[in-house]
Amino acid sequence: MILFGIVVAAFTGNMGRVSAEAINSAKEAVSLAITMLGVMSLWTGIMEVAKGAGLMDKLTGLMRPVIRFLFPGLPAGHRVNEYIASNMIANILGLGWAATPAGLKAVKELKRLNGDKALANANICTFLIVNMSSLQLIPVNIIAYRSQYGSANPVSILVPAIFATTCSTAAGVVFALLWRKKHG
Amino acid sequence: MGKIMLYVSDAIIPGVFFVVIFAAVYKKTDIFGDFINGVKEGFDVTLGILPTLIGLMTAVGILRASGGLDIIGNVLAPAAELLKLPKELVPLITVKMFSSSAAVGLLLDIYKSFGPDSYIGMLASVILSSSETIFYTISVYLGSLGIRKSRYIVPGALVATLAGIIGSMIIVSR
Repeated sequence: MILFGIVVAAFTGNMGRVSAEAINSAKEAVSLAITMLGVMSLWTGIMEVAKGAGLMDKLTGLMRPVIRFLFPGLPAGHRVNEYIASNMIANILGLGWAATPAGLKAVKELKRLNGDKALANANICTFLIVNMSSLQLIPVNIIAYRSQYGSANPVSILVPAIFATTCSTAAGVVFALLWRKKHG
Repeated sequence: MGKIMLYVSDAIIPGVFFVVIFAAVYKKTDIFGDFINGVKEGFDVTLGILPTLIGLMTAVGILRASGGLDIIGNVLAPAAELLKLPKELVPLITVKMFSSSAAVGLLLDIYKSFGPDSYIGMLASVILSSSETIFYTISVYLGSLGIRKSRYIVPGALVATLAGIIGSMIIVSR
């Protein structure tokens, strides 16, 4: 990406902007990480309290049919189930900050179950594809932007958005399951 | 209706806090101890992805500033025409795959020039609601966990994104 960007800049004469942007982005990454440090840690803290109170077990139980359908052959009772369940529920509720730590832990465990190989196996692929198919049901921020920009009915996108999200998730799931069936 | 929806969305985070702490009080668990342990874990997670984040955000920044994203957009324009997708939305869709905040900037531009309730404004809203920053997120996950071969993750994510776009067009043009 960097090489492509620099080559393009050489042709478009955007070199100055590129060098400013490179330094700026690196700075931005650190300030983003500082924000994340607060929000993400708050969530992992709350998640740990939820785990202590037995709520995570309940959530995982609720999601078990979905997990078993998407990830056949995962060891039952393993903590990876819990991470997948909390990641998906946080995504559906639109709590991106809460979803990421659970998601990272889920993939880490999936990788460990796969013998720590640098190659993504079918479970990791399915997990990330489903994650990337957008699970969020209520697009809160978009609704807020719409009302800010004078929409007569900001929420009118809600049903279309749920429909479109269902389309993308269904396509992602079908793709992941078909590929798994064909290539293992 | 709109007010209720926004109220419900606002209540999700406090609601989760309430339910979790209420359950913990009910079960008499060590709330603060658990919380502190969880927070420490959050530190590790964040510090673990920071190196990937620096590399990735620099790369995306360079790509955007150089005009590289515009070139990708131009390459994709014929495909958009085939789908009967308004060409104003091509940059929005390409940028969203890399950066959410940059995509919001473009979305607001579209609201300003066409209005949020126009066909393009509606379609842009729905497409952004049903898509993710796929390249950015996949890189963060795989980069920070040391997975080098992503196999069919990117094609799968692209298929899902495309299905979301087609679904958006079908429902908005009705």
